[in-house]
Amino acid sequence: MSKKPFTQNTSRAPVSQRSQPAEQVKNKHFLGGMVTVTIDHMEVKVPMGTTILDAARTVNIKIPTLCHHDDLCLAGVCRVCVVEVEGQRTLQAACSYPLFHATKVKTYSPRVRRARHNILNLLLKNHIGECYSCEKNNNCELQKLAEEYGVTEYKFGHRDTPRYARDESSFSLVRDMDKCVLCKRCVRTCIDMQEVGVLESINRGQETKISTYLDKPLNDVICINCGQCVNRCPTGALTEKSNVDDIWKAIDDPEKHVVIQTAPSPRAAMGEEFGLKPGTSVTKQMNTALKRIGFDKVFDTNFTADLTIMEEGTELLLRLKKALVDKDPDIKLPQFTSCSPGWVKYMEYFYPDKLDYLSTAKSPQQMFGALIKTWYARKHDIDPKNIVSVSLMPCTAKKFECERPEMDDSGLQDVDYALTTRELAGMIKECGIDLPNLPKSNFDDPLGIGSGAGLIFGATGGVMEAAIRTAYEIVTGEEIPFEKLRVKPVRGMKGVRKAEVPIKSAKKEWKFLEGATLKVAVGHGTANARKLMDMLASGDLQGYHFVEVMACPGGCLGGGGQPVPTSAEIRQLRANAIYAEDETLTVRKSHENPIVQQIYAEFLTEGPCGHKSHELLHTGYTVRGKWIGKQGASPSGKKKKR
Amino acid sequence: METQRQGPIIFSGIAPDEGLKAALGQSRADVIGEVRNSQIKGRGGAGFPTGVKWNLAATAQGERKFIVCNADEGEPGTFKDRVLLKEYARTVFEGMVIAGYAVGAQHGYVYLRGEYRSFGPHLEQVLQQMEDEGALGDAILGKKDFHFDIEIRFGVGAYVCGEESALIESLEGYRGEARNRPPFPTNTGLHGSPTVVNNVETFAAVPHIIAKGAEWFASFGTEKSKGSKLLSVSGDCRKPGVYEVPFGTSIKQILKMVEAEDTKAVQVGGASGTCVPKKEFGRVIAYEDLSTGGSVIVFNSRRSLIDVVHNFLEFFAEESCGQCTPCREGVPVLLEYAEKLRAGELTRNELGEVYSLSETMQLASKCGLGQSAPNALVSILEKFPKECPLSTSQRKELVR
Repeated sequence: MSKKPFTQNTSRAPVSQRSQPAEQVKNKHFLGGMVTVTIDHMEVKVPMGTTILDAARTVNIKIPTLCHHDDLCLAGVCRVCVVEVEGQRTLQAACSYPLFHATKVKTYSPRVRRARHNILNLLLKNHIGECYSCEKNNNCELQKLAEEYGVTEYKFGHRDTPRYARDESSFSLVRDMDKCVLCKRCVRTCIDMQEVGVLESINRGQETKISTYLDKPLNDVICINCGQCVNRCPTGALTEKSNVDDIWKAIDDPEKHVVIQTAPSPRAAMGEEFGLKPGTSVTKQMNTALKRIGFDKVFDTNFTADLTIMEEGTELLLRLKKALVDKDPDIKLPQFTSCSPGWVKYMEYFYPDKLDYLSTAKSPQQMFGALIKTWYARKHDIDPKNIVSVSLMPCTAKKFECERPEMDDSGLQDVDYALTTRELAGMIKECGIDLPNLPKSNFDDPLGIGSGAGLIFGATGGVMEAAIRTAYEIVTGEEIPFEKLRVKPVRGMKGVRKAEVPIKSAKKEWKFLEGATLKVAVGHGTANARKLMDMLASGDLQGYHFVEVMACPGGCLGGGGQPVPTSAEIRQLRANAIYAEDETLTVRKSHENPIVQQIYAEFLTEGPCGHKSHELLHTGYTVRGKWIGKQGASPSGKKKKR
Repeated sequence: METQRQGPIIFSGIAPDEGLKAALGQSRADVIGEVRNSQIKGRGGAGFPTGVKWNLAATAQGERKFIVCNADEGEPGTFKDRVLLKEYARTVFEGMVIAGYAVGAQHGYVYLRGEYRSFGPHLEQVLQQMEDEGALGDAILGKKDFHFDIEIRFGVGAYVCGEESALIESLEGYRGEARNRPPFPTNTGLHGSPTVVNNVETFAAVPHIIAKGAEWFASFGTEKSKGSKLLSVSGDCRKPGVYEVPFGTSIKQILKMVEAEDTKAVQVGGASGTCVPKKEFGRVIAYEDLSTGGSVIVFNSRRSLIDVVHNFLEFFAEESCGQCTPCREGVPVLLEYAEKLRAGELTRNELGEVYSLSETMQLASKCGLGQSAPNALVSILEKFPKECPLSTSQRKELVR
């Protein structure tokens, strides 16, 4: 049964579109608790307020849906899920009809079947683009419905000329509105789930289309590039901007040294693209596949995740020292994480006056990029100009991040291309590689060692957990007092989580922290980020030291570049895979990563937050604001020359 | 009032504050009881019993409650609300205040269609006068604990905003699109609070009911449709205009009243209503027979009904909010079929699809707009087969 764990507590949805939480209804004493309904002759007892769709699911009756998504608030617009409800003159949308009375429901009466058939034909009428040339071929909900309901001809005709220009302005996303069926999932994702609100319908009748503010290109509005809309689009109307061709070109060029860093989340989800159950980790098979495809080196982003912890953790401790010992009034606390490019851009748009709260540490992707074309290039005597630095990310915003104009501290663009999990899956398939049955292989040296702490960056709360594992030990000299290093209070899928870690004793240089309690908070999804920012404004984060925010629900493992579909259950399984893999590793703390120790010994010799670190591993942010047009937001830096 | 309008109820004349005074002299429950006993139903056309609606809102839990006057008169061929707002605004507002008293609401909104923007100053003036006279605002007519104010809001020309939940969305500042029902506005309406949305005409009748009694009101009309109905009559007749007639008045009587001649058909209920052929002119205006929000359009024998239907479908294609599939995509398909019908090119197969698609739209559309969009086409096909250039075999099929 759908629990809508994520959106139930967001606020922007119109009242009518919010789900009716059963527990709220239960509290109204005059309504009682449960209701018994009959669906296709089967009796179902459900809490009052449950929708017909959810009630039917409890007895394995499948009602087709298109606009409904378990992560999102209700819409009831596609009408594919209509059913007969006894006593109602018209058919009712099962997804949005709450049950309060004993009722009889029929899910496949002749009227229902006729209606569904007609509605599907109507949807297909203006949906243009051939299935076999569509990125969502075989993973398209409309295609599947057409098949299930036996649509063999376009009963009401079929448009053959495009109506809209493709919007390819964004670094991350492509909008092809000719494939849009106006289910509004993207609208609800953007405004309700993420509370960004870039997309909304414009016009009426058949002219209706999903658009942006003043119908501007996506790159010119306040899109944070998170790609959550792509994850929920039932058709191929929203896809990521593909870099696959660029990467093939680099691989095919013998002059180029093509290296790829892989983030922790794709490996926990890549299997889904190859028919494996969600939560099947394929790290080492993927390494083999990448080498077979032709990448010269396969590295682990977990390494720079560890480096991020060193830099960001040290930055935090320095901030604490300046605030608590030096009493510097300009020091901003709590420090917010900065590894999620969607979140960073969200801050730049919505809270440009709060950018000082963000850690200046770059994201692991960008730290990696900066080191590849400097340290690695020098060490292996490769001309950095010949290095093509690719990253495998669960994320569409990473495509934007690597194009940020300031990300060129190596003297060149630090990361050339960011690939999503889905894009790489396509490349692997194109090579005829049977990923699940590949032999396993390790990452390449020297940037192939990451700790478990770096790995759990993929899950919401992971950065915080990694930071606590390291910072606590730096300050106290002791391991954190959690069983098997599991910092349970920051784990889980609750929108906003808080935790406190008391520091009983501290080493000499951190004596000022002795007896203090480290207070941290974690939020995922920008709707929850907004809550945290509201808390910051109202003073509810007073006394907090460190806050982790990831733009996507579930953290990176629920990123906009991950396999489609997504749901709370799938995200949980991916998280389980990541946490399980963490426990198989011998090195589970960032500061114990031998390569991290090595790089500080031989390259970043001034230590974390030292001069060289600042040059390569730290960055600044752009005040963008929400104003579009004259006042300023240039939502993106212009693409640079290569 | 310059024109001396005549009619049984709304045009029967009532002194300012007469209904309001009578209402405030009673308990809230008694006011609702009186409205219920009058058996008045919603004058917008859907015919939901007003007393029941008020009672639902009165018993619903909510810190705030709202009264909304639906003045988004957008149905093609209706113009009776503009008469009410121009000439009987005080009565309408008093009806809203009475509703506010009965339901326990403090705020009222008049959702005025954008095209009526010019009425704004006049309506504001009436409101100001009521406030000056103590009939609006704090402690109305000296009743200490009763506060009620009325605010005028303008629509921007969307037909769908006459649908109450779309109207509420629009009032809240969202795009005008119908909501999922349930929950209904009486429970979860404006800003999530219990809300009564009634037509201008319903509110206009309320002071009369309270002042003159439910029994008096119920003495007009038919058994199932009590009271009177304002009709906006237009089209091929000598005396178009707004008339108040008791329910149960036949089309024939109306045609005589407006001096129509050579009438072929009468469209009752506007674009979403039905087309009545000559042989059915004995039918009457009533919820149980010909239900209407007020639009009566008269066509004489020179008119092509296919042109009329085509015009209505174009209207719906323009006005569909674009939210749900059957209406957004269905209306243009019906429009295509109507064009083929006009050109005599509608195939037998397509005729079947017209019926099938119409049924889907009537059953599966999200709101009344899509549900009623095919009505005109279907009623022309069924009632005026001679108007449709169809083959004999097709015509046989029409008589299903």
